[in-house]
Amino acid sequence: MVATLSVDNLNIRFAHRTGMLEAVAGASLRIEPQECVGIVGESGSGKTQLFLAAMGLLAGVAQVSGSIRFAGNELLGAKAAALNRVRGSKLTMVFQDPMTSLTPHLRIGTQLAEVLVSHAGQSWKEARGAAESMLEHVRIPDPKRRLQQYPYELSGGMRQRVMLAMSLLCKPDLLIADEPTTALDVTLQAQIMELLRAARGETGMALALISHDLGVIAGLADRILVMYAGRIVENASAAELLLRPRHPYTAELLKCVPSLSGPRLARMPTLAGQPPQPGEALQACPFAPRCSRAADRCRVERPALAGSSMSQVACHFPLP
Amino acid sequence: MSVLLDDAIRRLRASPAAIFALFIIVAVVMIALLGPWLNPNSTQTLDWLHVAAAPTFQSAHWFGTDRLGRDLYVRTLAGARVSIAIGLVASTISILVGVSYGAIAGYIGGRTDHLMMRIIEILSGLPLIFFVIFLTVIFGRSESLLFISIGAVGWLTMARIVRGQTLSIRQQEFIAAAVAGGAGTGRIIAKHVIPNVIGPVIVYATLTVPQIILFESFLSFLGLGIQEPGASLGSLIAEGVGEMEAAPWMLLVPGGFLAVLLLCLNIFGDGLRDALDVKEA
Repeated sequence: MVATLSVDNLNIRFAHRTGMLEAVAGASLRIEPQECVGIVGESGSGKTQLFLAAMGLLAGVAQVSGSIRFAGNELLGAKAAALNRVRGSKLTMVFQDPMTSLTPHLRIGTQLAEVLVSHAGQSWKEARGAAESMLEHVRIPDPKRRLQQYPYELSGGMRQRVMLAMSLLCKPDLLIADEPTTALDVTLQAQIMELLRAARGETGMALALISHDLGVIAGLADRILVMYAGRIVENASAAELLLRPRHPYTAELLKCVPSLSGPRLARMPTLAGQPPQPGEALQACPFAPRCSRAADRCRVERPALAGSSMSQVACHFPLP
Repeated sequence: MSVLLDDAIRRLRASPAAIFALFIIVAVVMIALLGPWLNPNSTQTLDWLHVAAAPTFQSAHWFGTDRLGRDLYVRTLAGARVSIAIGLVASTISILVGVSYGAIAGYIGGRTDHLMMRIIEILSGLPLIFFVIFLTVIFGRSESLLFISIGAVGWLTMARIVRGQTLSIRQQEFIAAAVAGGAGTGRIIAKHVIPNVIGPVIVYATLTVPQIILFESFLSFLGLGIQEPGASLGSLIAEGVGEMEAAPWMLLVPGGFLAVLLLCLNIFGDGLRDALDVKEA
């Protein structure tokens, strides 16, 4: 079966006056149809850049190599016109900040309907009707009135639901959600995640869920990828990864998730040290300086992502 | 859009100077358009009985006559019409050409932007007066030439302003969202960029009108613009200057018209800028 999204040996670099900054290095991943893949990593780990590359949204100065295929079609280097046939219809993205993702001077209805008019060739009237029922679908009360409103008249949670509605309008094969709940408060987070889950169940779309919060991803993802310093360091089924992490970084991350039932800690556990600067030339394992299991080999030889396709880890001394 | 506009109108209403200026502008335009119907004289008839006559109500030469006995009232209004028309044409060109040019350059960026901005720099580097003299020498003096030469350079600043605004809008996330939504470049420029720059565009267009009117009068004053027997405020003022001591009304009437029109357009433009400048409010 053709993967919905397959990324092969993707490298993204930015030329900088201090040298080349490596945002993503040798990343490969597959997202199968209907699969929900969570991508975790701290800020700057390259998780967003990876998917921006798929959407053709990288900054103009980025140097990209490798391959990103959507349903078998190469996206990297594709013409804008070809990209626009899939972007926004079959391959959609919800951004982190709903406050700035809607065009401020256009009514909600116009922005939603525009998607269907330009992708599905519907008339504005049909498209408005579809937009209204989609708003209802993402549980926005009084959708008819909302269609007439401007983005500033909606709250953050409401706007993120509008963004979600927009990305679902054309029944995508893959929805990329880039930290869809980071800008929202916790109760709204739960609602948005619930909507994503429901949408996935109804449309059978694949979902790429990017977050720095394992807790957000854990409930929804079938499989989790962990990124560190531009590299994928672990890839396993969600249950496997959460219960038996193999990369020390994943294990440390999991320790940092506060528990409701455990003993109350005086201090939240944190991971000592800083991730490497993107410009640092990395011969070694990028996590070695912070790793309690690091040995001499880790400081001279970079571990490759290895293992079966079900469970991969990039570590010389993985946890059992 | 409409909400922003409502807000702007509310703020504009709060500024008595701007409203008063707008009222005067409307009045001047109405007089320029309808005034000649109220007076029996035409712009070209010579009244030999009243040559260089002072303003009076008995002879129906309300603003007096010039050296050839032509009625100054109708001629001033004809000149005002020319000035207003040139102002409107130039700002229309500046909106149509300048806005799309600036938005395209700013949005596409890169080499296209470079090339387009260099063209603007070359055009704005041309000394305008020489440019106009050059054109008049080649094509002969005509009213349409005046419109063309003013229109050709009137959009340059507008393009720069719009490009600047576009550069900052392009960085915003809703543009990335529109790209991610599969909107093509043309659609993004037309629907997501240009409507966002409309505020500065309106303000600058309003402030362009008096600039252009002044420039036209200046050219006509130098004899490069509207030619006899046609009238423009500038050419009337030029004539009036010659008779300043003997018949001051020949200078004061068109001069006063020009001054009031320019002053009111500028005050109104300022008021509009304050009303549309959301940052300050």
